[in-house]
Parts: sequence; C-alpha cells; structure tokens
Amino acid sequence: MHDTPMLDQLEGGPWPSFITGLKRLAKDNDMMVDLLGQLEHSYETRKGFWKGGTVGVFGYGGGIIPRFSEVASKFPDSAEFHTLRIQPPAGMHYSTDLLRQMCDVWEKHGSGLVAFHGQSGDIMFQGIRTDKVQAAFDEFNEMGFDLGGAGPAVRTSMSCIGHARCEQSCYDTARAHRDIVNTFLDDMHRPALPYKFKFKFSGCPNDCMNSVQRADMAVIGTWRDDMQVDQAEVKAFVASKGRQYVVDNVLTRCPTKCLSLNDDNTLAVDNRNCVRCMHCINVMTKALKPGNDRGVTVLIGGKRTLKIGDLFGTVVVPFMKLESQEDMDSLREIAQNTIDFFAENALEHERTGEMIDRIGLVNFLEGIGLEVDPHMIEYPRISSYVRMDGWDEEAAKWNERKAG
Amino acid sequence: MAEMRPPIESGVPDPFQYMHPAMRRNYGQWKWHDRPRPGVLHHVAESGDEVWSVRAGTQRQMDLYTIRKLCDIGDAYGEGYVHFTIRSNIEYILTDKNKVAPLIEKLQAEGFPVGGTGNSVTMIAHTQGWLHCDIPGTDASGVVKALMDELHAEFVREEMPNRVHITTSCCQINCGGQGDIAINIQHTKPPKINHDLVANVCERPTVVARCPVAAIRPAMVNGKPSLEVDEKKCICCGACYPPCPPMQINDPEHSKLSIWVGGKNSNARGKPQFHKLVAAGIPNNPPRWPEAAAIVKKILQVYKKDAKDWERLADWVERIGWPRFFELTELPFTKFHIDNWRGARESLNASTHIRF
Repeated sequence: MHDTPMLDQLEGGPWPSFITGLKRLAKDNDMMVDLLGQLEHSYETRKGFWKGGTVGVFGYGGGIIPRFSEVASKFPDSAEFHTLRIQPPAGMHYSTDLLRQMCDVWEKHGSGLVAFHGQSGDIMFQGIRTDKVQAAFDEFNEMGFDLGGAGPAVRTSMSCIGHARCEQSCYDTARAHRDIVNTFLDDMHRPALPYKFKFKFSGCPNDCMNSVQRADMAVIGTWRDDMQVDQAEVKAFVASKGRQYVVDNVLTRCPTKCLSLNDDNTLAVDNRNCVRCMHCINVMTKALKPGNDRGVTVLIGGKRTLKIGDLFGTVVVPFMKLESQEDMDSLREIAQNTIDFFAENALEHERTGEMIDRIGLVNFLEGIGLEVDPHMIEYPRISSYVRMDGWDEEAAKWNERKAG
Repeated sequence: MAEMRPPIESGVPDPFQYMHPAMRRNYGQWKWHDRPRPGVLHHVAESGDEVWSVRAGTQRQMDLYTIRKLCDIGDAYGEGYVHFTIRSNIEYILTDKNKVAPLIEKLQAEGFPVGGTGNSVTMIAHTQGWLHCDIPGTDASGVVKALMDELHAEFVREEMPNRVHITTSCCQINCGGQGDIAINIQHTKPPKINHDLVANVCERPTVVARCPVAAIRPAMVNGKPSLEVDEKKCICCGACYPPCPPMQINDPEHSKLSIWVGGKNSNARGKPQFHKLVAAGIPNNPPRWPEAAAIVKKILQVYKKDAKDWERLADWVERIGWPRFFELTELPFTKFHIDNWRGARESLNASTHIRF
C-alpha cells in the first residue's frame, strides 16, 4: 500500500467515506492499491493524471470511458482504469438480488468501484483493464443491461420515480423514458451527431430530474383541467396549521395570485390563471393534487455552460397527452424530427440550445414541423428591426388554426 | 480471430422486474404522501396500500463491500427492494410500518445517515474529479465528503426554510449542474501551451472553433505548427483543454474555487433560475477544502436564520435583494459580480427599486 496521508484525512467524520471503501478494495485488488497512490499524488500536486483514448466493445462506438494514467510508471497496476457506463432501469429501481449480481460481475472483471449514478444517470462501473472490458460488458448485457451514451451521441436518460410512488406524477415517466430512448439506441451506441443529445423525463413541474437546465429535450408532466382539491383535507390542514400559516405559506406564495381562503376554511382556486407551479400542492400534499386531464409540456435546448453559457430548455409543445400509443408515437416523432434537424443543421460541438440561439426559434420550429404558439414566449418581440412583409399570410394561418 | 459476440441492444431496462411489488400494484394510483420524520416518506395509494421509504446517504463512489452491506441491510431489515435518488441517496421501500424504526437504527449503526428529505440539505450532486476525469481542476468525491461531514446535521434534520440542493463541478464545463449553492472550479490564468505537442495531438481548427471568445489562432512556434492564445481576450474557461490536452488549463495555485447561489430547476413559486456568482478566489485546498466549506456554511447559516418558511435560496434573495445578501453573508461585492457576457444588460437594475 502507498502512504496516503492526505486521503486518510477523508476517513474521519460522520459521512460515509469513499476512501475507506477504496482501501477495503485495495486489500484484494492491486489496481486499487495504485489507484489510491495516484489519487494521493493528485491531492499532493493538485492535478489530474488521466487521459482519454479509444476503448470499446464489439459492435458499439461508445459507452466506455477510456482512462489511461499519465503516471503509470509510478502506479502501473492502475495504468488502465476505464469506466463502463451502464443504463439503469428507468426510475432507478433495484432489487438487492440485482445489485448483488452486479457486484459479482464487477468483482470478477473490474475494480469493485461503482457509482450510483453519474450525472447523466448511468451506473458507472469504474476501473477496468482494456482486455477485460468485453467480458464484463458481455455479462452485464446477458443480464439485460446495455451500455449508455458517450461522446457526440444520444445520452443515457433519467426519469423520476413517477407513477411508481408519486401522486403528483402526471404521466408514465418510465414508459416514456423507455419508449423514447430505446428508439434512438443506434444514435446512442454509434456516436455520429454534432454533439451530445440528452432526454430527461420529470413527472411534474417540480422537475426532480432537473430536465429544464440539463436536457436537450425535457418532457415535464402537467395537467390542463382543474387541480384536485379535497376540501375536507383543506379544512383539516387549516385547523392544524392555523389561518396565518396558510395565508403566509400557501396563498401569498402563489405566483399568479389565484388562491383564496374562504370564510369556512375551504380553498377557492382560479384555475384559469394557475400556472401549475406546484407550490401549494407541495405544501398541502394530502389536500391538493394535479388535475385528471394530465399530459406533458416539452421544452428543448437546456444545457450547462460550454460554449455560449447556460441555457434553459424552452417550450416547443405547451401540452400534449401522453397516454395512448398514438400519443407516444407523436412524442417520438417530435424527438425524431428534432434529432434529424439537429444532425443536419448544428455545427460541430453545438448543442440544440446553441443551435436555436444561432438560427432563431422560428427556423427551428419550421424545421421540425411545429406551429408557433404564444406559450413559447415570455413576451413578444421588443425590437422593430424585423422584416414583416408576410404578415397577412401568417395572421391567416393563425386564424385558420384557431378555427380548426 | 475468435468469433465476437454481437451486443444485444436492449437499451433501458424495464424497471417493473426490480420494483417493490407494492409499487407495481399501485402504479399510477397513488393518493397522497407525508413525511412522518426526517428521512422517511410515507405514500398512500388509492387502494389503501401504504409504503414507507427510508432514505439514507451514501458516498456515491461505492466499493462493492459497501453495496453488499446495503443489500444485507435491505434483506434483513427491509423488503429486498431499493431505489436510488438523483442525488445518490438510497431508499429502502417498506410496506410494514414496524420495520421503519429498526431499519433506521441499523442504517445509522452502520454509518449511513438517514435524512435528505424535505427541508434538509441533501446529498451534494457531484462529478468525477481527480478520481476519474481527464480534465479535472479539483477532486469531486473528496470535496463532497469533506462538506457532507460538515453538513451532516442538516442532512438528518429538516430545519432549513426549504430544500437545499448543493452541487460541485471540477471544471468550468460544470457537469455538476445548477444548485441552491454550487461550488465550481474557476480558472484564473490562460492555458500553458506545450508547443512541441500541439501539432501531433490536437486538431487545430476544432480547438480554434471551441473558444467562446475567439482568442485562439493557428501559429508557427519554434518552426512547428501550433496554436496561440490572445491572453487579453482569454477568459480562462478551459474549453480548449479537452480537445487539446497540451493547452494545460489546470493550475495547482491559480485554479480557484467559486461559489454560486440561487439556482433552482423546480417551477414551484417562481420560474426555474440559474445560480449567480457570490464568491471566488477560494483556494483549491485538499484534502478538506476548509475555506470553501466555511463560506458554504456561512451562507447556509444566514439563509436558515433569515429566510421564511418555504423560501428556496433564490426566493429568499429575491425578497431581501442582493445588497442585503452580501451584507448578511459578509462576502465582498466586486466588479466581477457584474456580468458582461451576452444578455448581461438584463441583469442590471433598470429601475429605482432600491432598498435602504
């Protein structure tokens, strides 16, 4: 074992220590001995020492993250320390049997280090030599598991717990996750897009998957009828918390001021002006629920900093049902059109949000065959520097759609 | 050559086979939920079925002995089914209420903190860092371990005004995402170029195109084709480093940490928001990063004291205003806080709305 005085300081304290775990692995695994040595070296020098390369499995162009050590002469047993990105079951459910099987495979072929989960949602089996990658993948693959995405490809997706355990879930997130992502496996396993493309599926506007800031295509549950109010439970809530609590923490927090507490301690809701923010439902979990006419809002273009700065996804479909197979087919068509348009029109290393920023939302909408809608904007155009000689035709289109 | 096994392109696995039977049975038929105590969610279905979910923190980067231990606990004290949250917490799903207390006791005895629900500081979302990334400016797991040791008490309680999501990122690509508080690497010096290697390692037009401020151009250096950086234009973001490793951006001394606050992805109350810069120039100081931890704790302490119930960090700052935020947290306000990126004018105060 290498001396690791700095890492040793991460063994104390009340939070579970990954260093203690690495050391336990190092007892039976020389790769982890040198991995600890290299990590200590990084702590001392404040530098990273991994470089990429090309490692894969037969038939796929991505999904393995190759890592070769730049300090392999000092730490030869962790000279190769690749990661297998494996897609988890939608919603991240596991039986203990499944976890044990995964551990057994990883004990046999890899380092024994696993992350549940990476930021894109993969199970990350971290630390394997090049010559063992294929055998490890084959075993996971035979268990029913498949590699995730890496590089300029459709990436592994995430869906919230949704229908499995949440009354606020407005659509079947697990089904949509599987239906959509499994349509694009070729684009996941054989990276050929301009850059990465991420889907995320959140069951309600709480957006527990953080899709609006991280997904090229965010599918977020919502509803269009009245929210469900159990007035007896409202009264019980008011009785237990007091009127002032309800006024201060429910009514006045409504962003569109559409709640009012009646004199008999029931709740009045102006559903036409409710923006489905979820706050009151989050506070009064027993009394309030989303409505029954549920569906999704689709937003496109969310991403983190590189290259033009952080972007939110923006609305391209204000509402669509997502229940029947036809509904699912329509969502798949929007996804397919988006990816096709992205593949043809984005610059190299440009995300969808950046592409839309460059070409304008209208060009993108025309490209994927969606009509403009006032739900897509925060406010209409401010600048008069625009050529509008097709106004009458565009107004006619709107009137036609409204009539139809 | 031996016959190669073609992959089975099975994609995302069906979760039903790994899901607790009560969740399968009541799929899409849940009625309401509450939280009987920190770390426990209680969901009731239309059918009358009930499940309790006991949530515990993990180190995310887990050795298989830890995973097997979590499985042993799940078999002996739970019902053999678990769920991972997006922030690497493990949830044990139970239908027997009487199992909740013994399970919690066992998890705590084995060193897994039970909490992370409701208005707590839950587990920090993090990236790979020195452990596995090819471009990291700092570690991830170590920063998170050090911080969660300090924030443990707020993980096991639900005493914050609203939930607190913290994230870390070990380079300026910021894989860690948006957070109520984000601790991110911020480089402060342009890349150091090894001109001997550029021509062999880097696809130069790609690197030129990657720069957000067009500060990179092809050049001949010492008779070799290389790249040069206009250091007056360079914003030290490190975007050139992944496609061109000889343009080393990481610097043991000058790669600093910065802290950003007020990001939120939920639509609850206000619309989703990005986090904003509040502190920078913080030393990247392994193994426990005490300077960053002190600032995070200070912000949390002020937020906890001053925010009203249900105000996320962003909601709180919106109510009290940024001048008061800097006053209460005692953090310096500098010229670097004033944005000059595209769209920056929208972040300026175009009104006389001023608190005195």
